Amino acid sequence: MIRVENLTKYYGKHLAVDNISFNVERGEVVGFLGPNAAGKTTTMRILTGFLAPTRGEVWVAGYDMSKHSLEARQRIGYFPEAMPLYSDMTVRSYLDFSSRLRGLDKNRIKTRIEEVVDICHLEEYIDVLIGKLSKGFRQRVGVAQAIIHEPEVLILDEPTIGIDPIQVAMTRQLIKELGKERTILLSTHILPEVSVTCDRVIIINEGKIVAEDRIENLSSLVSGSKRIRLEVEGPAEKVAERLRQIEGVFQVSYEDSHYIVECSAGQDPRGKIMETIVQGGWTLLSLESIEMSLEDIFLKLTTEEETSQ
Amino acid sequence: MRNTTTIALKEFKSYLASPMAYVVTGIFLVFTGFFFQSSLTTYSETSIGGFLVWGSILLLLLAPVLTMRLLAEEKKMGTLELLLTAPVRDNEVIVGKFLGSLGILTAMLALTFYYPLLLMWFGDPDWGPIATGYLGLFLLGGASLAVGLFASSLTSNQIVAAVVAGGVLFALWFVGMAADLLPEAMGEVIGYLSLSSHFPDFMRGMIDTRGIIYYLSITVLFLFLAIRSLENSRWS
Repeated sequence: MIRVENLTKYYGKHLAVDNISFNVERGEVVGFLGPNAAGKTTTMRILTGFLAPTRGEVWVAGYDMSKHSLEARQRIGYFPEAMPLYSDMTVRSYLDFSSRLRGLDKNRIKTRIEEVVDICHLEEYIDVLIGKLSKGFRQRVGVAQAIIHEPEVLILDEPTIGIDPIQVAMTRQLIKELGKERTILLSTHILPEVSVTCDRVIIINEGKIVAEDRIENLSSLVSGSKRIRLEVEGPAEKVAERLRQIEGVFQVSYEDSHYIVECSAGQDPRGKIMETIVQGGWTLLSLESIEMSLEDIFLKLTTEEETSQ
Repeated sequence: MRNTTTIALKEFKSYLASPMAYVVTGIFLVFTGFFFQSSLTTYSETSIGGFLVWGSILLLLLAPVLTMRLLAEEKKMGTLELLLTAPVRDNEVIVGKFLGSLGILTAMLALTFYYPLLLMWFGDPDWGPIATGYLGLFLLGGASLAVGLFASSLTSNQIVAAVVAGGVLFALWFVGMAADLLPEAMGEVIGYLSLSSHFPDFMRGMIDTRGIIYYLSITVLFLFLAIRSLENSRWS
């Protein structure tokens, strides 16, 4: 549904997107993740036709963006970063304007506006000027205009930023609902959002894709993915040193009277750790393995990128 | 065409929703009314000449104020992003916005129509120069709006857009005066290129095709430049 090949974008001399390629299949909800200034917004602006790429090709809904931009744009619903809206229009007149611009059939406009207003819970505000709405409601108007023409592809750039937690939960629920029948690319730097809403995640940093996989597989991508937390009675330095010598242990750190043992990919040295501690004559108080959260993976991937440069 | 109409109507409505169009129309009516009246009492002839002369200069001043927000504001607020990602061609955006502002110009000129009606009430005016005078003002106003729209496409700062448009318009207006100082052939060319040199014919009741073609060319040229400038923003 979305195909990106060798996409590169320079702003003058500044390289914003560096030769990235990815696919989003029909019906998938894909999280587009990265720290600020990683190139998420630039990529989305190219996908929606707002910016032209320096190099590379983009297909959306089967149309080549460089040749059939209008046909592609017809099939995209877009929620830009910060959701810019005309503050001098009422919600109704704005949705009427967007639905006309996006080529909705004239006879459908009235009923479709009622439908999206219902979906986005804007009933009470339909005749209020957009400039008078709070951030949360403006954001709902943004979602409403993105879905009004029933697009096949939705591109949402940080749709839950700067709104209160109840509305965040509502928006996520809405994205989930929409994702049942539509293809969605959702950018965010809020990690739990991805695990709640997305099937797959693409992590981008400094213009490059650093990881791309289904959420449940992502942790195996990271070296030292398994972590074990230990509580041991014994001389801290000596224990840590012995632990480091165990095969399959990648790194050991000591904090708050706990040892955190990071293991190499595919290794489970729990048995050996136990043996080592018993041999050393110390007492093992607790041992538990901790799953890496999305945050850990994200941090690891994006900071590894930095240190390697 | 449908997209152009949608954009034109939206722009026309947002003019009506903001004070700017009313202020501009108010200023236009107060000053043209004053000059209409004073030329009547000074020359005591049944003509709208005073209104046409000062109306044309006022249009040069006021058109940039009307057009300055058309694209600059969308750039500043970021709303341009949604407009340009809608399935709309760049030329539909520009022509739509131009027609929206032309609608306000038409309304403004329509409101001055009581000047010739007053003349008709009290006398027997020659309708030829009145009709061509209005045509001239409309063409000149349209060209000025196109220049203003182009200036608005260059920047996200409305004041800069207005100043640039005003500067271009006044340069095009006063370049006609420089024509007299130049050698004959060159002077004629420069004179033809001036916004001001074609207007007197319209005031005298003549329909000069050269003048019509000139104003339409300026309009089309600057609309074209505005379209290119908009296209260019995608390649930044």
